[in-house]
Amino acid sequence: MKSYVTGFVLSVILTAIPFWLVMGDVLSTPRATAMAVMVFGAIQIVVHMVYFLHMNTKAEGGWTMLALIFTVVFVVITLSGSLWVMYHLNANMMPMTPHDMRNMP
Amino acid sequence: MQAAHDAPLGEKPVFYVTDGHEHVHSGDSTALGFWVYLMSDCLIFAVLFATYGVLGRNFAAGPTPADLFDLPLVAINTAMLLFSSITYGFAMLAMEKGKQSSVLLWLGITGLFGAAFIGIELYEFSHLIHLGATPQRSAFLSSFFALVGTHGLHVTVGIIWLITLMVQVRRRGLGVESRRRLLCLSMFWHFLDVIWIGVFSFVYLMGVLQ
Repeated sequence: MKSYVTGFVLSVILTAIPFWLVMGDVLSTPRATAMAVMVFGAIQIVVHMVYFLHMNTKAEGGWTMLALIFTVVFVVITLSGSLWVMYHLNANMMPMTPHDMRNMP
Repeated sequence: MQAAHDAPLGEKPVFYVTDGHEHVHSGDSTALGFWVYLMSDCLIFAVLFATYGVLGRNFAAGPTPADLFDLPLVAINTAMLLFSSITYGFAMLAMEKGKQSSVLLWLGITGLFGAAFIGIELYEFSHLIHLGATPQRSAFLSSFFALVGTHGLHVTVGIIWLITLMVQVRRRGLGVESRRRLLCLSMFWHFLDVIWIGVFSFVYLMGVLQ
């Protein structure tokens, strides 16, 4: 019971703050706000994992934790890899006019 | 478990701890198997997030997130899903105590919060489409609908599953199978809330920022 209530209260706080930061235009730069949003999101994900999903190193002999870590590694590779590759692909492509684009095969 | 080997005369028996791990129930790997499925589902969402990350600023001279996103509504939607997570938690606590009617009550409330979430999301989508912000309008919108829509489809399937389990629990009681299935759904449900944290942070909140 306590775990769910604690997790809930933490989640409410960790949701309210990013919404407030964005809607209230609180921090000086959008960059700082974006970073804060991501940090609070990451923390809330951990809160959900621990308090709602009861994530720990003991369950199933540690296999759930290992599967999670493995997945997180893949997710990080997918996200960072895609963003990095596509950004560079875009930067290295010649710009095209709409006219050229319409006449592509 | 420990095994004492017969020692030769005069020597002390040797004990080997053959298993120091905690077991759930012997032979029942369903929870871990379902968890592995959830990890694969996580990879699907990772790809959808990556796609949105790449295409999310390609507006094709069309509407931008700042033009379209209604943050107060998104906040309400987030609350719906968060409430549904805690009510499912209460359902699980009732299940552990064997209180069938309590389980059904909390499951029902969870389903209502989930339905509220989907209802609000459908309203949001229909409003966007009405404004001309269709999935075909721009790459930003294509990737938005793909990501958020897939999440919404997952929640919808979760609600159908939840109703099914409510019927099963009502008819068959809180036996071993029902408990196992409720455990799997609970993992599914909390997982979807985790994904939603990513959605509201990365898509809605960051979308609105310059």
